[in-house]
Amino acid sequence: MKNHMSRGKKTLLVGFAASAVAALTLTGCATPASNSGGQGGTGDKIGVSLIVKTNSNPFFVAMQDGAKKAADADGVSLTFAAGKEDGDEDTQIQAIEAAISKGDAGILITPNGPAVLDAIAKAREAGLFVIALDTVPDPADAVDITFATDNFLAGQYIGQWTSATLGDKDAVIGLIDLFDDKAVSVDSNRDQGFLDGLGIGLGDDAVNGDEDATGTLAGGGKYTIVGNEASQGAEDGGRTAMENLLAKNPDINVIYTINEPAAYGAYQALEAVGKDGDDVVIVSVDGGCAGVSQVADGIIDATSQQYPVKMAELGVKAIVDLVKNGTAPKPTDGLDFFNTGVALVTDQPADGVESIDTAEASKICWGGK
Amino acid sequence: MTNDSPPTSALDLAAEFLDRRTPLDRVRGVLHRYPAVSPAVVLVLAIIVFGSINSRFFAPSNLSLILDQVSVVGTVAIAQTLIILTAGIDLSVGAAMILSSMVMAQTAFQNGLPAPIALFLGLVAALAAGALNGFLVTRVKLPPFIATLGTLNVFIALTLLYSGGQTVRKAEMPELMTWTASAFPIGDVRMTVGVIIMIGLYVLVAYALGRTAWGRHVYAVGDDAEAARLAGISTGRVLMSVYVAAGAVLAVAAWIQIGRSGAASPNAGADLNLDSITAVVIGGTSLFGGRGVIWGTLLGAIIVGVFRNGLFLAGVDGLYQTLAIGILIIVAVAVDQWIRKVRK
Repeated sequence: MKNHMSRGKKTLLVGFAASAVAALTLTGCATPASNSGGQGGTGDKIGVSLIVKTNSNPFFVAMQDGAKKAADADGVSLTFAAGKEDGDEDTQIQAIEAAISKGDAGILITPNGPAVLDAIAKAREAGLFVIALDTVPDPADAVDITFATDNFLAGQYIGQWTSATLGDKDAVIGLIDLFDDKAVSVDSNRDQGFLDGLGIGLGDDAVNGDEDATGTLAGGGKYTIVGNEASQGAEDGGRTAMENLLAKNPDINVIYTINEPAAYGAYQALEAVGKDGDDVVIVSVDGGCAGVSQVADGIIDATSQQYPVKMAELGVKAIVDLVKNGTAPKPTDGLDFFNTGVALVTDQPADGVESIDTAEASKICWGGK
Repeated sequence: MTNDSPPTSALDLAAEFLDRRTPLDRVRGVLHRYPAVSPAVVLVLAIIVFGSINSRFFAPSNLSLILDQVSVVGTVAIAQTLIILTAGIDLSVGAAMILSSMVMAQTAFQNGLPAPIALFLGLVAALAAGALNGFLVTRVKLPPFIATLGTLNVFIALTLLYSGGQTVRKAEMPELMTWTASAFPIGDVRMTVGVIIMIGLYVLVAYALGRTAWGRHVYAVGDDAEAARLAGISTGRVLMSVYVAAGAVLAVAAWIQIGRSGAASPNAGADLNLDSITAVVIGGTSLFGGRGVIWGTLLGAIIVGVFRNGLFLAGVDGLYQTLAIGILIIVAVAVDQWIRKVRK
C-alpha cells in the first residue's frame, strides 16, 4: 500500500482514533451491561449481577431468562453482562468491578477464565456473595458456592444408555468434542463421562483422546475409537467433524457429541451418505428444547438434559435468602458444588438406565423451540 | 544484457554480476508472471504426501468431500480476494455472511416469505454490508483494516439482535434454501450443488478480473492507486464496486452454508474471517495488492482443506493442523515478499 498521507492528516486520524477509543472505554467502564431496573444495593432493592460467558449461546440466554423470572418475583434489581465471546475475560472483569462499585449484594457468574477469579476474590473481599454457575471453577473455593450440572454424570448417563442399548455388540466410536486447541472442563467432563459410562478406561480424565484405541466394553463387545474431532459446538463444525471421522472409518456406529447443535451437524453428514439409519447411534448433552425435539424426530438418540434456568433461579433466590435471612446455600452431599440435576432424555429407554421421554422433557426444557 | 566486447573495467564486471539471471531468478520470474504456480505445486505435493501416509486419502469420495468442506470458505475467499487485490483487507466477511444467512432464514421462517424472495433479501443484506464497507473506505477514507474491524462488530451485533440467537433449521425452511446441499453422485464422487456453484463463481470472477476493463482497473487500483487515478481511473468507484461485488459473493456463500449445516445459525463460521484471508494468502495473492490470480485462492482454500483432512487421516493431533496452517501462511507470505523483488 503506497500511502502518502500528509503529516497533518495522519495526526488528525490518530488523534481522532485515540479520543474515540478513550470515549468508548469510558462508556464501557460506566455501563458494561444493560441495566434492568435501577441501581442495585442502594435503596430497598437487592442488587444482583448475572455475568455469563457470552450471550450468543442460547444456554446463557436461558440463564438470563431464569434469573429475570426469579428477580421479578423477589423484587431483585438484576444487571446482565456477558463476554463478547467464550474466553473473553476482560468484559467479565469490568462487570465485576461495576458490581462492586454499585454495591450489589451478590454476583452470579460463569467465569470465562482464571483471570476472572482474581476479580472475584476482590468482590468477595468487598462483601459480595459470589455464586458460580454451570462450571465449577478451579479451585472450587474461588467462589462461595457453585450451582452446576455434573457434566461428568451427564456424560455417564449417555454412555450407560449406549452400553445398555448396544448389549454385547461391537462399537466403532467417533467422538465429537468442543475444541482441540483449548482445554475446557465441560469438554473433558462430558467426553470422559461418556467413555466411562461405556466401561472404557480413561487414562487422564481431564484429557480427551488419551484412551486406548481398541479394547472391550462393559457390555462385552469390542470397541474401536476412531478419533476425536473438534466442532466448536456448532452445526457446521459438527458436520465437518463427522465427515472427517467417517473418512477415517466409514463403519462408525456410535457417535458422542458435545452438544446438540454439533449432533445436528453430524446428522447432516450421516444423512448425506445414507448412514442415518437405526444402526447408527448419536448421543449428546444439553436438553435444550430444540435438542429435545431432535430426539423426538430421531436425529439424536439420547441426550442428557441440564437445567440452566434452574441454576440461575436458584442463584438469585440464594442471594435473596442470604440478605434476608442470613442463610447461605450448601453444596450437595459428596460434591463440591450444588447439583442442579441432570436427566437422561430418550424415546428408546434402555434396561437399567433411568430416563424421561421427550414429552416430559419438552415441558422442562430450556431455550427456544 | 550482453555487451559485444568482453567487460573490462571493474564497474562493467560489477554491473554484469548484478544483472545476472540465476536459475532462482528464473523461478522468481515465472512465479511473478503466474502467481498460481506455487500453490499448485504445494497442493500436488501435499496430496502425494498425505495419500502415501493413508491411502484412504486418495479415495474419490474423500477428495470430493474435501471440496465440499471448503465450499463455504472457498466462496467467502473470492470476496476476500477481490478486496485484497485492491490492497485492502476485509475482517468482516464471515460476519457479513452470517448476517446474510440469518436474514435469508428468518424471512423465510418467521415472515413466511417464499424461498426466492428470502434468498433475495439475504442478497440485499449482504450488498448493504458490502456497500457500508465500501462507503467507509471510499468516502470516509478509513483504512480498510480499521473500517472492517468496526463493521465486523457491527455485523455480529446486528446478527444477534435480529436473530435473537436462535437457529433456524432445515425443517423450518423451504427446500430451496438447502438446495445447495443436494448432490449428484457420480460413482463414488459426491458433487454437491454448492461446490458446483462455487466453481461457477470462480469461473465468472476469473473472467471478470482477467478479461474485462473493470478487472484491469481493480488490479491497477491495487497496484498503485495514485497512478491509477492519474491514468483516469475513478478509484472511488472501482473500490466501491469491489466491496459491493464482495457482498454479492457473500450472499452466495451464505446459501451454501445453510445447505451444508442444514441450518442457519448465528454461531456458525466462527473462524471464517481469518480462514478466508488464509486461503487468499496461501493462494499466492499479494497482501499489498495488484497481484494475484483468483484460481490461486481456490487452490489456497483446497490446500487448507487437504492439510486438515490429511493430517486427521494420518492420526495427527488437531493442534498440529493449526500449527501446519500457521507455517503455511508464513511461508506463503515470505515467498510473496521474495517474488516481489523481481527485476523486470
